[in-house]
Amino acid sequence: MTDTILISILMTVATASTPILLAALGELVAEKSGVLNLGVEGMMLIGAVAGFAAAVTTGTAALGLVAAMAAGTCAALLFAAIVLGLAANQVATGLALTIFGVGFSALAGESFVGRTVEPLAPLFPDALAGEGWTRLLFGHDPLVYASLALTAAVAWFLSRTRAGLILRAVGEADRSAHSIGYPVLWVRAAAVAFGGAMAGLAGSYYSLLLTPMWSEELTAGRGWIALALVVFAAWRPGRLLLGAWLFGGVATLELHTKAAGITLFAPEFLAAMPYLATIAVLALISLGRGLGARAPACLGKSFKPA
Amino acid sequence: MRVELIRRPLPSPAMAWATPPLAVLLTMLAGAALFSLLGYDGPAAVREIFLTPVLSRDTWQDLAIKAAPLILIAVGLGIGFRAGVWNIGAEGQYIAGGLAGTGVALATWEMQGVWILPAMVVAGVLGGMAWAAVPALLRTRLQVNEILTTLMLTYVAVQLLNYLMRGPWRDPQGFGFPQTRLFTEWQVLPLLPGTFVHIGAVVALGVALLAWFVMARTVFGLRVRTVGAAPAAARHAGFGEGDTVWATLLLSGGLAGLAGIFEAAGPFAQMVPQFPTGYGFTAIIVAFLGRLHPIGAVLAGLVLAVSYVGGEIAQSSLGLPAAAAGVFQALMLFFLLGADVLVRYRLVLTQRVRP
Amino acid sequence: MTALDIAPTPVPATLRLELRGVTKRFPRVLANDNVDLSVAPGEIHALLGENGAGKSTLVKMIYGLMAPDAGTLSWEGTPRTITSPKEARRLGINMVFQHFSLFEAMSVLDNIALGLDERLPRRRLEARIRAVLDTYGLSLDPRRSVATLSVGERQRIEIVRALLVEPKLLIMDEPTSVLTPQEAEQLFATLRALAERGCAILYISHKLHEIRALCARATILRGGRVVAACEPRHESPASLAEMMIGARPRRVEKARPRPGPVKLALEGLSLPGEGDFGVTLEALSLEVRGGEIVGIAGVAGNGQSELFLALSGERLCAPEAVTLNGHPAGRLRPEERRAHGLSAVPEERLGHAGVPEFSLSENTLLTARHRRALVSRALVRPRRAAAFAAEVIARFDVRTTGPRAPAAALSGGNLQKFVVGREILQAPEVLVVSQPTWGVDAGAAAAIHQALADLAAGGAAILVISQDLDELFALTDRLAVLNGGRLSAPEDTASVSVERIGLLMGGLHGEGPHAR
Repeated sequence: MTDTILISILMTVATASTPILLAALGELVAEKSGVLNLGVEGMMLIGAVAGFAAAVTTGTAALGLVAAMAAGTCAALLFAAIVLGLAANQVATGLALTIFGVGFSALAGESFVGRTVEPLAPLFPDALAGEGWTRLLFGHDPLVYASLALTAAVAWFLSRTRAGLILRAVGEADRSAHSIGYPVLWVRAAAVAFGGAMAGLAGSYYSLLLTPMWSEELTAGRGWIALALVVFAAWRPGRLLLGAWLFGGVATLELHTKAAGITLFAPEFLAAMPYLATIAVLALISLGRGLGARAPACLGKSFKPA
Repeated sequence: MRVELIRRPLPSPAMAWATPPLAVLLTMLAGAALFSLLGYDGPAAVREIFLTPVLSRDTWQDLAIKAAPLILIAVGLGIGFRAGVWNIGAEGQYIAGGLAGTGVALATWEMQGVWILPAMVVAGVLGGMAWAAVPALLRTRLQVNEILTTLMLTYVAVQLLNYLMRGPWRDPQGFGFPQTRLFTEWQVLPLLPGTFVHIGAVVALGVALLAWFVMARTVFGLRVRTVGAAPAAARHAGFGEGDTVWATLLLSGGLAGLAGIFEAAGPFAQMVPQFPTGYGFTAIIVAFLGRLHPIGAVLAGLVLAVSYVGGEIAQSSLGLPAAAAGVFQALMLFFLLGADVLVRYRLVLTQRVRP
Repeated sequence: MTALDIAPTPVPATLRLELRGVTKRFPRVLANDNVDLSVAPGEIHALLGENGAGKSTLVKMIYGLMAPDAGTLSWEGTPRTITSPKEARRLGINMVFQHFSLFEAMSVLDNIALGLDERLPRRRLEARIRAVLDTYGLSLDPRRSVATLSVGERQRIEIVRALLVEPKLLIMDEPTSVLTPQEAEQLFATLRALAERGCAILYISHKLHEIRALCARATILRGGRVVAACEPRHESPASLAEMMIGARPRRVEKARPRPGPVKLALEGLSLPGEGDFGVTLEALSLEVRGGEIVGIAGVAGNGQSELFLALSGERLCAPEAVTLNGHPAGRLRPEERRAHGLSAVPEERLGHAGVPEFSLSENTLLTARHRRALVSRALVRPRRAAAFAAEVIARFDVRTTGPRAPAAALSGGNLQKFVVGREILQAPEVLVVSQPTWGVDAGAAAAIHQALADLAAGGAAILVISQDLDELFALTDRLAVLNGGRLSAPEDTASVSVERIGLLMGGLHGEGPHAR
């Protein structure tokens, strides 16, 4: 009996952490290239609504994921055009993207409110997943596995490949990279686009898997938590995974205490927990500086060649 | 032939004036196109949102009511942004101010006296300041980025509001609706004679004028501008960064709190879960559109108020969703930030010479 | 000999690089006007000129970072258009930048890999790096992070990066401005060895004695134009300077009273380094008397900025570690130190000494608001500020449109005269000035030097922190060296040798001024 509860708690932790991990991975790559994109929340919402619309229209959840990534990429490229092409302030433009995403997704999603989709099926057949502890290994939806694989892939890309080296170089010293002859702005645009695709995918996780339906602002500020997670992880993919699980744990606490009928805390307090916890974690990280938490040197700064 | 961006040695003042109107114009064009694409009558949507409120005689009172909180918040945010302090959680400070003032209102519900309203206002300002003090403390003591903390606290403020409405502050005679009692005559803002515009609109104008003077002529204004423009020069000049962070966060938080209690004691006359209307976020757009200048904030506040009022008109006349106004507002910020390239760069058409 | 005589040097049939009529125009200036230049294989060719003469623009066009508006470039006899650094490197052109193109947070190996177009496995790359280091007798650890290296070692990374591909033309942009004299000698040996293997070297500098020691031919730029081509060995430093500046350089006139009482004293000043790349100051002691100019020599990054901040009050230290006129000042903030008669001029003109977008008038408020009563209580007095700005402009011959001009609109030399003037007109008793003439044209530099000498003659104590040994030897009475956060005992400038100072700059104990 306790096993079943524990297993179901751990399963919830996995689902709660996956979208945040995905969005944070994308943002991490963008930030490694020197671009701070505060529009994660907006891109997630745009991805969520685009994914849902595509899934409802085509009847295929998998196509929804593709549409979500495409929409997230488009939103990110809009941001990139303004921030990289026109050298605009990254903080302000990121905020604009989030405000735009909130409004646009509400507008585009209006006719989809109340519709439902068939959620994405688990990757492995039920027979393999079983009921016991094996479920933890085989019982998840495909995106949970994808997010883990992507974390490993991003870690490998950044530390082991030449393209990753160039991306980091652009984020560390844009002038140097430019004077050696690397196309700083294009590298950054690519990184931002990847961030958009990941945020879009993360958003669709809510509309296609977790809820699964569309409602306004259904990401409820998770995009901001993803941003905080990148700081928490000190720009390292491995630690991102740890942070996402930690956050998933806090979010799960809320769900399970509610389900268990524990009324020790007001539900609003539990709903505020993830945000309070994020603030606390940010403060603790700063206390423990020296753990190698160093932002890419060019993070948030505009660059124009010559 | 290609377009090249050539950096201007100095930002162009002419362009700094020209780009906000240009951004509004581009927003109308792009908005019309976008809404047509989404299957609405785009040109009509633009007309209803941007022109109808300006052309009709009886909307000015609506505009003043909507512009007042936007201006109050944007003046504070603009001063903070000038100092490089990114308080983007004004919405949370606005809620906290509204709640703090409401707390005083509920505690004095059975009392009478002219002191009650001022006490509520003071509480509102302090509430907003308290909400902004947490990020200020974290930033000055632990170098925690204020962007994330101010924003996170907004979500916390919303939950606090929900909790108080559902539980402790619920109106005992309210048939179980999650809202407070209606404020008494001692607790609501007076109206300008012959209108339904509350005096908050006048206060907002006064605050903007005062802020203009402070920024242009006082050592505090100089300090804020120096810290934002060149932090190292500010340290060299003896303008401490920490003090400036505290001052600007408390100031912007206090003004957001003031806007909050004005809304609660004005248009709402009680506290309800629907209290957060996004003024705190829209004010960010107002601040930028007003070029982070207090008087600019007044003009930009009116422009954004037009989009709010027009959004409501379009909702009833064209059946446009409520979110439409938000999309227009975000587009405006995009275009402004994009057009700002003209302030710092010169666009030049060049032909590459093959040497 | 007239400036335009071209010395008859035997030139091989095929020139490595030849520029004809190259012109580059920027919005407000003509950076290069009809420039001709040729470099032969195996030749070390100097490109000589003042700050702002157009040297950097010219080499950026050779390296493909900018496109010329007019003119032709021939590479080994064939006309070419070089559109990117990558293409330049493919042809065999390599460049070592003045402000290095390095990545602080990464390893030497990563830095070299990034500069190579060829993709090599780590091990092969490391082996090749070691081979090049052996060939040229250089030392460098490929595994170390750049942030831990001295400036000389950093430059070596760039040089190794260039040497790995066996370049046909190596461009060196002001390579010795950050080196000790001994490090510079070592660099010259490497360059000569490289030239002997047939590599052409284009050597950019404004240091005359180096060019005479190293270069066979020189092209001299002034105001974007070639004003002379010559053989430096047959010229005197004075004649070279005259070609470069267009006038005879002025000497600083020193007339100093006997040293007065101690006005600035450091006693055991220690300060931990800030951030990942900061330098820790270790027990600095020094006294500066009224009427005296004391110099602090040293290669940048050895604690100069930390020392400046500790003196100006931007960083605080132990109360007794800094005394001003006998008052313990270590815990005093910048404003309080100014009240005790201190003025300070930081190295960075825009962003530290002044705010670029502020008018000159507003910029006076930053440091002079109390000493010159430019504010009353909380209010700014704009008219007084404008009057003070106008006074600085008039007294220091600052070329500008007036007190309303933004700081960023001034040329480097004029802005430097303004920020130095702003402090001097506050009649400080102690003046700390960092890199007083860095990146400033010769006319402005001479004016600033004279103003400092005059201030000292009036009885003020002056501390000059500089990397420029010529400046320090011309200006100071005593000289100490800052190396790795430690200060040597000051010596009389008149009797100490350049070699001795150079050794102290290198740390005496060999490699690594950065050693911690």
